[in-house]
Formats: sequence, structure tokens, C-alpha cells
Amino acid sequence: MSQSNMAIQRRSFLKLLGAGGLMLSMPALATDKPLLYSQGDAFVSDGVLQITPTGEIIFLMPRAEMGQGTNTGLSMLIAEELNTPPELITILHAGVGEPYKNPLFGMQMTGGSTSIMAHYEPLRKTAATAREMIIHAASEQLNMDPTSLQLRDGKLWLAEKAYSLGDFVERASQSKPPAKVILTPNSNLRFIGKQQKKVDGLAKVTGQARFGIDVGSPGSDSVINGSDQHIPNLKRAALLRCPVIGGEVKSVDASAAKQLPGVIDVLTIFNGVAVVAEHYWQARKALSELTVEWDLPELAKQNSADIRQAFEKALAEEGQTAFEQGDSRTAIANARNTLTADYHAPYLAHATMEPMNCTVWLQDDVADVWVPTQGPDVSQTVASEHCDVSRDNIRVHSTFLGGGFGRRVNQDYVAEAVAIAKASGFPIQLVWSREDDMRNDFYRPAASARMSAAMDDQGQLQAWDVTRVGPNIMGYTIDEAAGMYLPEFLPGGFVDWISKRGHGIFENWTVDPSSVEGLWEEYSIANKTVRQVTVDPGLRLGFWRSVGHSFSGFFKEGFMDELAIKAGIDPLDYRMQHCGDMPRLAAALKKVAEMSNWAQREQLAEKGRYLGVAAVFSFNSYVAQVAEVSVDGGQIKVHKVYCVADCGRVVNPDGVAAQIEGGIVFGLSAALSGTITLKDGAVEQSNFHDYPVVRMNEAPEIELHIVQSTQAPTGAGEPGVPPIAPAVANAVFAASGQRLRELPLRLT
Amino acid sequence: MIEFQLNGEPVSVDVPADTPLLWIIREHFQLTGSKFGCGMGLCGACTMHVDGIASRTCILPVVAVAGKSVTTIEGLGDAEQLHPVQEAWLEHNVPQCGYCQPGQIMSASALLATNPKPSDSEIEAAMSGNICRCGTYPRIRKAIKSVAAVQQFDPAEQAAGGDA
Repeated sequence: MSQSNMAIQRRSFLKLLGAGGLMLSMPALATDKPLLYSQGDAFVSDGVLQITPTGEIIFLMPRAEMGQGTNTGLSMLIAEELNTPPELITILHAGVGEPYKNPLFGMQMTGGSTSIMAHYEPLRKTAATAREMIIHAASEQLNMDPTSLQLRDGKLWLAEKAYSLGDFVERASQSKPPAKVILTPNSNLRFIGKQQKKVDGLAKVTGQARFGIDVGSPGSDSVINGSDQHIPNLKRAALLRCPVIGGEVKSVDASAAKQLPGVIDVLTIFNGVAVVAEHYWQARKALSELTVEWDLPELAKQNSADIRQAFEKALAEEGQTAFEQGDSRTAIANARNTLTADYHAPYLAHATMEPMNCTVWLQDDVADVWVPTQGPDVSQTVASEHCDVSRDNIRVHSTFLGGGFGRRVNQDYVAEAVAIAKASGFPIQLVWSREDDMRNDFYRPAASARMSAAMDDQGQLQAWDVTRVGPNIMGYTIDEAAGMYLPEFLPGGFVDWISKRGHGIFENWTVDPSSVEGLWEEYSIANKTVRQVTVDPGLRLGFWRSVGHSFSGFFKEGFMDELAIKAGIDPLDYRMQHCGDMPRLAAALKKVAEMSNWAQREQLAEKGRYLGVAAVFSFNSYVAQVAEVSVDGGQIKVHKVYCVADCGRVVNPDGVAAQIEGGIVFGLSAALSGTITLKDGAVEQSNFHDYPVVRMNEAPEIELHIVQSTQAPTGAGEPGVPPIAPAVANAVFAASGQRLRELPLRLT
Repeated sequence: MIEFQLNGEPVSVDVPADTPLLWIIREHFQLTGSKFGCGMGLCGACTMHVDGIASRTCILPVVAVAGKSVTTIEGLGDAEQLHPVQEAWLEHNVPQCGYCQPGQIMSASALLATNPKPSDSEIEAAMSGNICRCGTYPRIRKAIKSVAAVQQFDPAEQAAGGDA
């Protein structure tokens, strides 16, 4: 692999499924079924854009809105080609369907910072096609030359006269799409690149935005996305799980819980004991009255101290080669000037503000599932595996997500909710507690790395050698997603068997790209090697905002700082001297040096403030950050962060700014305090008192520069995260002389 | 039977006295703007005003508000008549996922009702009980300051008009 690219990596993950003989066939979607929320008499473009006979423009949003601003950003792409402000476009979150797949993944996943890069052209073509077809229909209907007609602000204009778009819907629906459409030229863009208020801002500041947890309030509009159906007789559920993930119920005494007011039923499902009650608080309270004996899984033997030891021991192992260029070992063995350092990062939880939840209504041959999800098609498959309804008859209603960060790619909460609904016979809403959420995550993997390098007499790097130790995410992802790629008629046991092969693939056959991404890409060094040694304690893993870069950015940029110091070269200059193959990263570094007054940092130091720099290329974007830090009595305080982000062409400048700012704050929680530890296999953390995250009083001022670019748009949601931990750690070194090689950062 | 004022209207509920107010508001009164986040009063997503004071309702037994006035995000302002804090939130494009924002707005509006010109440290003190995982803090700070800069709150008038 020549460079890190999550989109390509995840596509290769899908190819891998195929290459390993796992992808037998893609499930055929029933073509006779209308897509969820499609209006029968509307004009439809590519399944995602509809114009109704009343002239309403409806955008069936194919990506999840989890705060990254897809509602606004993707609507702007439609708006551009319809020459109509985003505010005039109605957004519905799409159900499951072929038109809604992420073009980069071949599945409906929202992740990998891909939403803009994947849809930038396709959605504009969809809207431009609709525009041309409406204009063509209008020219026939009004008997006017098409050049005299204009689609603008949600209407069809003939000189000063405005027609409803709905007037031309019927004729447009009967015509064929043009073979080719011309997109609005860059010189003429009306919305793309301009400031745009969030289209869902009003709903979010008035408490009207409907998240998954808001589904099914009695008497309120229970069904999201246009349908006015109510869920009859909805009950609330809470679930008691084994303290160690993967444990199963051996025995249960529910007699006391069943006596409590409001409790309707106590049920054992595949991973725990559920209480179904009239109200959520009744269900939650009743859990404490259950007496359950558990069959503990293998994971129960794991303790964090042992895991750490096992990782450290494995740093000396050979492992699998992930990247190789030249001969780093020989170069290091022959060099006079070398450096080796070990780095470590812990397991982390996502801790989305909205705990996992799912609402399910099973009927005889159809099911409705309301769920905040990053992968509605996986939700559908997982749901079908836990009830008697076929995939095509499961309607997945996507809601707003109260944070995703990768957690809602995994669908365990859907499986639980469906299993409870099936066992109870009622429509139910399952809501996790914060403790459930913290202890049943798909965690960011812990990782260790041994970083070695050799430099010449001028301090220039000649060799770079990394051994990364830790588990791999992909095996866990395949466990869950495999079913979606397999025909539905296969027995569940067979699907399970196949899905479990994923772990073997990544231990014996190829390296999971997300385990090693970001460990070598930026710097031009003649000899580079990256190896992966898989040590998997068995705690389940998932994608966590910026994935592998979340730890590799810290390893690599901390080590680069050490090398610069050893070479006696300014750490920022040192990076620039080595990123000749990435001029955009060099430009970001240069800019952030200006913004932070890097050259004058000695004067700042006199005031007790110290600067540290880091730069990371991830998700095809280039981000450089300088952290301004003080250290007082062992406490690290981050006062200000300077950041330059080059994400290619920007669709919504303030949206990109918000994502980069958010990434910095998210990464800062991991830098300063995030850690998940195991005791006898059980996650020790439970809530925000023992898994603290950054609050207002710790949030630094952020000065951000977004690079104006005409390059293709690249990621924004994740690339802000990786540089912050090393930038802070490097500033702490400048302040204290202590080199911190472990996250979270703690001074001794 | 527990009686209180909810967004200016008298209401009553017949529920166990120890039920947290949050769940009563969300399920009995079907006002879902106030969110469940932690159940321990640690994250502030459930913040409402009780007699004008920002309160964590996931740990507040409903009996504690008997005879008091409760304001939720729905009662603070709506699309037709936004509260100045909500307007400032829109102006600064604060919300990302939006889940914590009702709680943030309730904390900020309670602060500004009693302290129209809060200092940076007073803002931090009042807002550090509200977690935002999307990291909107810099914008929240700016939004609060922008309200403080232009808005002349009269605490006496605020108290007379409920707590919004």
C-alpha cells in the first residue's frame, strides 16, 4: 500500500470478502417493492431525489446525520444543481435500498469521512438530471424553447412567470434521462463553498429533532420520516447483560422483579435478561431485582496489566509485514545514529451522548425498526437474523443519531431489541443506560508500537522501522456484516462459521489496514518497514473516529519529535524537511507555524506557555496542529490549538470548520483522560465520572485555517483527531522535559 | 398525586415519588427535547429549569418539584418565538449531532437570566456540567458571549415571566 486511504481500504476489505470466497453473492433487492418513503406519483431521480405533484422537493438522504453535517452538506450538492436553496428541500432519511449505498463501500455505511467525497459528483449528477428532465418536460408542455426556461428557487421560471415544479412531474416521469448532464461550472457555484447555516439547526435548538430515543413517546408522532402511523401498545425494555461481554445466562431468578409495578415480563435472550415494562424507569429499576448466574466467556481471564505485558513481550516478535520499502533493519544496524522508543495507547469507548437504543414493532410478515444507525442495511440483516421476518420485509427507519463516531456501525443493540420484541410479543423500545453503553462498546483497540529509526550525520532520516502490536478491528466487523453478503437461505450456523473466519484472515493471511494505517505514510525515508503482531485479548473492537490514525498519529508524531530533538533540529522544520512527497502537508505546517508564531516560541515560554506540533495525513486530508500548553503541578492544561486543514474543495466551509474543531476536542479527551481497562474481562469504567471527557473548562480556544483548494474534496469528520494528542505530548515535553509515550498523557 | 407547573401550565401525575423527573417529562408528558445521557447528573443532557435553576432531572425525583415551576426546552422558545440563546445557537451554528444541545441551552439560559454579563470563568463554571462529545464548546462559549454582549436581561422581569 502506498498511502493510507480508508475508502480504498474498506473497499479492499469488501474485495477481500470476495477474494476469500466469502462473498457468495450480493443480496438481490426485491425490485417490485417501492423504496421506503417513495411517493407513488412523484418524479424520481436515481431513487434519492423526488419531486412531488405539489412541487415539493424531497431528498432521501442516503447517509446518516450524526452531527457531521450531512443533512446540510449533501443537500447543498442537490441545491446547487437545482439552483434552489437547501432550506427549500425536504430531507427524509432514506430506508434501505440499492440507491442509498455509499458508492465507496458498496454498502449503506456512513463512515470513513467519505460522505462528501463519495457523493460530490453523483448527487450533483442526480440533481442535474432532474433539472434537465423537468426543463425538458416544461418546454414541451409550455411549447417553449428550453433555453427560455430556468429552474430556480424551487420553481420553473419562464421570464418573470413562475410555475410549480409539480406541473411538469407527470411528463418528466415518462421521459428518459439524458445521457449526459452538465454540472454547474465552478465559476458559477451558488451554494458550494459558500457559508450555509445547518438545515437542521432549528430543530436541534428547539428540542424537536427526533433521535432514536425519542421514538414512541405515547401519543406523540411515533413514526419518523413522513409516516403518521403510531406504534400501538409500545412497551419499554431494559436489559441486564453479563459483566463480561459474550457471557450467557446460566440461570435467572426473576420472581422479585416480576412483582414490581409496571413490569410486564422478564425474558431471557441470547446475551442477557430483559425486563419489559409500561415505562422505562420501571424496567430499569426492575433489573436490580434480578438474580442471574452467568456462563463466563474466555474474555473473563483477561486483565489489563497482563494485556499490557503481553503486548510488550510481543514487540520483539517478527509479525507480518504491512509495508516494506528498502531495508530498514540493515540500515539501522549499520547506522551510528539511531533511536528506539516504545509507545502505547489504551482501549477507548465511543461514549456517544445518546446511549444505544432501538425501537421494534414486529408484525406477522413485516417489521419496523427505528434506529439511530450508521449502517441501515446491516441493521436490516441483523434484525432478520433475530426474528422470522425476511430482510426485504424489514423496514429500517433511520433517525437522527446522537453521535456516532463509529459506534453505530455495529448493530448489537438492534439484535437485542428485535430479540426482546420477538420474545415479548409487544412492540418495544430498548434503551441502554450509560453503564450499558460504556461496558458493551465495540472499543478502539489498544495498541503498542516499537518505533526505531536511523539518521545520517546531518540528522536526516535514513531508516524507519515500526512493529505494531495489538488486535485487529476487521475480524469483529466481518463477524457482524458477513450475513449481509450471504444469501438469506443459508443456515445461521453456516453464516456464523464463515463470519468467524475473519479473525483468521487478519492473523495469518493479510494485515488489517486499520491496524497499521498512519504508521509510515507522510515522511520520505529511503528505508521503511512496518510490521503487525496480532495479540488479541478478545475484547470486541470497532471503528472509533479516525480509526488506526487515532493511535498511530500519536506514535509517529511523538517519535518524530524525539528524532528532531536528537538531531538538534526544530521539530517543525524537521517534519518539513521530510515531507517532500507531500507538499500539501508541508504547506499546512508552514501555515500553522505562522499562525502560532512558532519561531518566537521562546518568548511564549517565558510566560509559562509551550508549543508542540504534529501533522497527520489521514482520510486523504492534510492537517497540521500546534498546541499551546502549560504544565502546573503535574497538571496539563491546553490553552489554545492552532490548526490548518486541507480537505480539498470545501462544500460547506463552516461545516468543515465544525468538524475539525470537534475532532480536536474529541481527540483531546483521549489525550488527557480516555482509558478503558479490564478486570477479569469486565470493563472497569461505567460512566462519565470514571471515563471523563473534555468539558467546557478544558476546551481550548481553537484558531483554524481551512485551506482554499480546487482539489477533489476529502475527509473532514476524522482528520482533526489524530494530530492533537501528539501535539499536546510534544508541547508537554517542551514544558517539562518529560517525553510521554503513553496515552492518556500523565506526568510523573 | 404530584402537582407542578410545566412550561407555564398546571399539571399533575400519579407516579412513584422517586421516579426521576426526566422520565416523567419524556414519557408521561411526551416532551422529548430533554435527553437521557448518563443517569447520574454527570452530563447535563437532561437539564431543565426548576424555579429558574438549571437542574439535572435524571436524578431529580419528581416529588422534588411538587408545587414548583418546571421549564423544558419546549417551553423556553419555539420556532415562532425563539429564546435569545436559541437564536445565538443558530447564529453560531452550534449544534452538531444536537443531542446535548437542549441541555446546553437550558444551562446557558439559566446562567444568563441571573448573570447577564458572565465572565469567562463564570461561563465555564455554569457550563462545565454539560458534556458535548461533538466538541461544540468553542461555539457555545461564543454564542453565550454574543447574547451577553447585546442582551440586557432584567433578572426581575425574568423571574416574573417564569424563568425563561
